[in-house]
Amino acid sequence: MSAIVDARIALPKIKASRGYWASVGHRLMRDPVAMVALAIILLIVLAAIFAPFVAPADPFRGSMLRRLKPIGFPGYPLGADELGRDMLTRLIYGGRLSLFIGVMPVLLAFCIGSGIGVFAGYVGGRINTVVMRVIDVFFAFPSVLLAIALSGALGAGILNSIVSLTIVFIPQIARVSEAVTTQIRTRDYVEAARVSGASAFTIVRVHVLGNVLGPVFVYATSLISVSMILASGLSFLGLGVKPPEPEWGLMLNTLRTAIYTQPLVAALPGAMIFITSISFNLFSDGLRSAMEVKQ
Amino acid sequence: MNVIVDTMKPVDDVDRGGEATALLSVRGLIKHFGSSNGLLARTRTVVRAVDGVDFDVMKGETLGIVGESGCGKSTTARLIMQIIKPDLGEILFDGEKVGSTALGLNDFRKQTQMVFQDSYASLNPRLTVEDTIAFGPRVHGLPRKAAVERAHDLLHRVGLEPSRFAGRYPHEISGGQRQRINIARGLALEPRLLILDEAVSALDKSVEAQVLNLLLDLKDEFGLTYIFISHDLNVVRFMSDRVMVMYLGKVAEVGPSESIFTKPRHPYTEALLASMPSMDPDHRTEEAPITGDPPNPINPPPGCRFHTRCKFTATLCANAEPALHDVGGEHLAACHLANPESGHPRLSLA
Repeated sequence: MSAIVDARIALPKIKASRGYWASVGHRLMRDPVAMVALAIILLIVLAAIFAPFVAPADPFRGSMLRRLKPIGFPGYPLGADELGRDMLTRLIYGGRLSLFIGVMPVLLAFCIGSGIGVFAGYVGGRINTVVMRVIDVFFAFPSVLLAIALSGALGAGILNSIVSLTIVFIPQIARVSEAVTTQIRTRDYVEAARVSGASAFTIVRVHVLGNVLGPVFVYATSLISVSMILASGLSFLGLGVKPPEPEWGLMLNTLRTAIYTQPLVAALPGAMIFITSISFNLFSDGLRSAMEVKQ
Repeated sequence: MNVIVDTMKPVDDVDRGGEATALLSVRGLIKHFGSSNGLLARTRTVVRAVDGVDFDVMKGETLGIVGESGCGKSTTARLIMQIIKPDLGEILFDGEKVGSTALGLNDFRKQTQMVFQDSYASLNPRLTVEDTIAFGPRVHGLPRKAAVERAHDLLHRVGLEPSRFAGRYPHEISGGQRQRINIARGLALEPRLLILDEAVSALDKSVEAQVLNLLLDLKDEFGLTYIFISHDLNVVRFMSDRVMVMYLGKVAEVGPSESIFTKPRHPYTEALLASMPSMDPDHRTEEAPITGDPPNPINPPPGCRFHTRCKFTATLCANAEPALHDVGGEHLAACHLANPESGHPRLSLA
């Protein structure tokens, strides 16, 4: 006993080595594309959160005299929409709902889907087959069609579009997490944990989740862009947000009539959707390569 | 003196069966892996991975298990560890049936641990070295602080300075060091039996020698019993008191190490020994002592499993399966030639 304690005291403490996530963060910091994407995402998110302080005008107050003004019109830096409301203000406020109904379904589906996938993957056997075949039924429908069908059935509204998008993404995330879990389950360290007498719950908590959730999380971040586009699509079809709420998909819909008179202004919400979703995708790519380095 | 010995119960309390009882007895162990061909196919192919294996491991000894790839060595280890369920047969630990009320699965697992071959795949990349070693004791209810302390003590025992290695992740350390950590994890529950499944096969020779010596030291220090599985005959000879040779899921020969290596009685063991590279340039291995692959375990040959490759094969060998026959000195061989009453034609020639 004493010899060991002495040895520990005698030797200088060496700094604990960097944890896995710390080293992923370190590598991510050195990826310029991912960092630019992250900066854009943060900018949009912060602008949306602090919209009342950032936005130059009231998002709901229009002016019949100043309808469909071009970009750069005095007092309207990004022009005015079909009801004479300031486009910049509405784009900033629109980020709130668009991000919310883009991120929430993915977040919910990540929690539920990875739960289903890890359970099916770890239990294996017949139960796995049954669960995954049920999941497969959802793959029979293209995700756009499924989202529209579910939203149509549930009725319009923000909550319903979040629910329907969550249902669209659960099977996809469940499939990925099931595949990763099945792979992890047969690793020797999981068998070693079983040999040490640990319960299935403890093994999943300590040995499986840490190795499964990382890759699944990366996959989920790549779904945010899809979710945003689908959510905008639902709003565009009148199944999501109702006017006069500012939301990028809905704005795209209401401005489509102005496509010949003010094409640039009409394209702005689309550009926001594009920039946000491509930023999420690039960040997700960066995260993937930062995590792929030998574990 | 040290944490491990302090917390260990007196030997008499642990040793239920006494000196004469084998620590581990395997009786009629059978495991067949079935694979159905697709969803609708009715035909099933069955791999007879382990097909009726009996052996004992005495207290304090090292039993070496050798054989070609696919002969059932690792499956036997997994069956003993209850990672996979046997189709038939029973495993007795210190006289008690594993999984019975007298010896529950968790009790057994505390006393039997395993070191895996792949030192990389057997460590969780997300856990630090000390967390990996402390996991088992914590599962069995040791408070975190005590478990970490035990992990540090074990790191010290396997020759890794705790202050340098405890907080490291598996990818930051070398293969030999990882295997030491695997051994430390195996010892963390203070087992009586340690199964080493190709534990040194992936290491290079100098590191291998270090780890083997470490294993011998630990065995003396903790009074361990080893099952040492390897395909490397030299290593098995160095480590083992007794050796068991397996062929296609069956025991071909088992006996004291010296006896097996100097007077093998099964033609398969002879061939295995002859296949060891010679150290003497004047006695080069001129011709391959054994040719061809082992037969497919899906359809093992009838009679003696080795008769398709054996140079002494006779009609008898294809028809009747030889049982393990005692040839003296606790040396058993499953060959008709080892049994004078078998009626093998070569016996009457002599």
